[in-house]
Amino acid sequence: MSVLSEGLRQKIRDHFSRYPNKQAVTLPALHLVQQELKCVPTEAVEEVAELLDLAPAQIFDTLSFYGFFRDEDRPLGKKRVWICRSLPCMLRGGDQLLAEVCEKLHLSPGDTTPNGEVTIELAECLGACDGAPCILIDDELKLNVSVEDVLRLAGESHE
Amino acid sequence: MSEAFEPVLLRRVGKPTGASIDAYIADGGYNGLKKAMAMQPDEVTQTVIKSNLRGRGGAGFHTGSKWMFLPKGYTGPIYLCINGDESEPGTFNNRVIIEEDPHQVLEGIVIAGYATRATTAYFYLRYEYGRCYRTLQKAIDEMYAKNLLGKNILGSGYSLDIHLHRGACAYICGEETGLIESLEGKRAWPRIKPPFPAIEGAFRRPTIVNNVETLACVTNILDRGPEWFQTIGVPKDPNNPRDAGSYGSKLYCISGHVNKPGLVELPLGITARQLIDQHAGGVWKNRTAKAVVPGGISMGFLSANELDTPLDFNGPGRAGCLGLGTAAVIVIDDHTSMIDVLYNTCRFFAHESCGQCTPCREGTAWSAKILHRIRQGEGTMEDLQKLDDISKTIGTIPGTTICGLADGAAWPIKNALQKFRPEFEEFIRSGRKSEMREVALAH
Repeated sequence: MSVLSEGLRQKIRDHFSRYPNKQAVTLPALHLVQQELKCVPTEAVEEVAELLDLAPAQIFDTLSFYGFFRDEDRPLGKKRVWICRSLPCMLRGGDQLLAEVCEKLHLSPGDTTPNGEVTIELAECLGACDGAPCILIDDELKLNVSVEDVLRLAGESHE
Repeated sequence: MSEAFEPVLLRRVGKPTGASIDAYIADGGYNGLKKAMAMQPDEVTQTVIKSNLRGRGGAGFHTGSKWMFLPKGYTGPIYLCINGDESEPGTFNNRVIIEEDPHQVLEGIVIAGYATRATTAYFYLRYEYGRCYRTLQKAIDEMYAKNLLGKNILGSGYSLDIHLHRGACAYICGEETGLIESLEGKRAWPRIKPPFPAIEGAFRRPTIVNNVETLACVTNILDRGPEWFQTIGVPKDPNNPRDAGSYGSKLYCISGHVNKPGLVELPLGITARQLIDQHAGGVWKNRTAKAVVPGGISMGFLSANELDTPLDFNGPGRAGCLGLGTAAVIVIDDHTSMIDVLYNTCRFFAHESCGQCTPCREGTAWSAKILHRIRQGEGTMEDLQKLDDISKTIGTIPGTTICGLADGAAWPIKNALQKFRPEFEEFIRSGRKSEMREVALAH
């Protein structure tokens, strides 16, 4: 049975006309797969490779370079919260924020809450240093955040 | 610097409907493109050469000269890549102009495409900029609807498509050949140069890679003329025939320990001190600046007595920094430990080294480990010597790596040890531990 739905396959094929070869669709395809499945399982790597006329190893080579993609053993939660620790955020409490959020949720960066709701990640510069410390929730930046803000935005505020 | 500078690149920022094409056109938008299309493509390139515009992405290369490197009379496809992978810590200018005024950038893309005879443009945008992605997609759709993209743009006979391509959170994709490899669907390992992308770039075709702010400058240069551009900034040094000058305004990103972090547009050449005191509300909590990053962390540090350094293409280099970089100014106050600051930069580069060249992969990792050891109160004076050795042997300047990431990793180490050495020695001698918290990775 196929892990990629026909709809997802079509979305991937829709990218073909934009590039002179199919290999360039690797990143767009991996993004689409992870968006839908919350990870990129091995079967998906094989099926994407088939769609793009590549060897699965070529897809895996690219996928494994970007720490962004998850395998099936570590799928993402419903929300992915990145907390920036680069210098401008560090100077305004970014490391402290990351440490406190992890403490409150009993997680290490990279982990997902047991209910599968939230994944906490550490991030290098998110490009919102005018609002440090900042976080990224899925792909939306939030500036000048406190621990309480992060927990609320992540839907993990139970106090 | 007495009279206030009238912003150009940021003039439309903050308008509620600023991102829409109708508002942009009502404000005089796409006039630069019309003027460009009334010229031959080579004349457009000559206009940009005449303006002396230098790339805003970090290297400061002469934009028009870069376009001239394309092979003459090439009949195959030519690609234009827009570098929107802005990831240098402290840098957020591209984000702001894309979110607030996308058409200013997109107009520059069509002008650059026309000048270089590019057939397709790939806008490589870092994944983190989700709002930019949606703003750009909407703006691109608006352009197709008005024949500002697609076939036979405005009846000029020139056709161009722009495709958005999202990255996946890797700093190295900002290096132009790393960007190209990533676009091609591979790991973002920078290529050995030459050949430069203008000869053999994306998909092995001639390719121009330009930064977002650079293209916004192109829009304004075509609209207002190269002479106008040269009235702003720092002229060429008449005693130095190799100096290309620092013309135009620049988007300065100010972050860290200031009262008002943010983005300001000023003529190139403003000093770090003016920027902090006059445009960022001064150092916070009534403290003083101990160190200032002049252009993103890879450029190193200015010390407290170097704050009158002009932030143009030459100033930071004269003060021992790597260069102007992205003009992202990060202010560090006198209550901050330089050991923590340097650890932070080393940790960043260890995380972001692509791993292709051994000196960079190992050098960045070891420098982070050594700084960690020092932070734990377990450092030795020999560690400072090791850091010094690493900083002098990794990078394209000593000639041991393919790209400049390692130079950027080395520079903060060099500057910290040159300018703040007594603080490191005292910290090591005291056996203290850093007060900064750090959480361990789960995996």
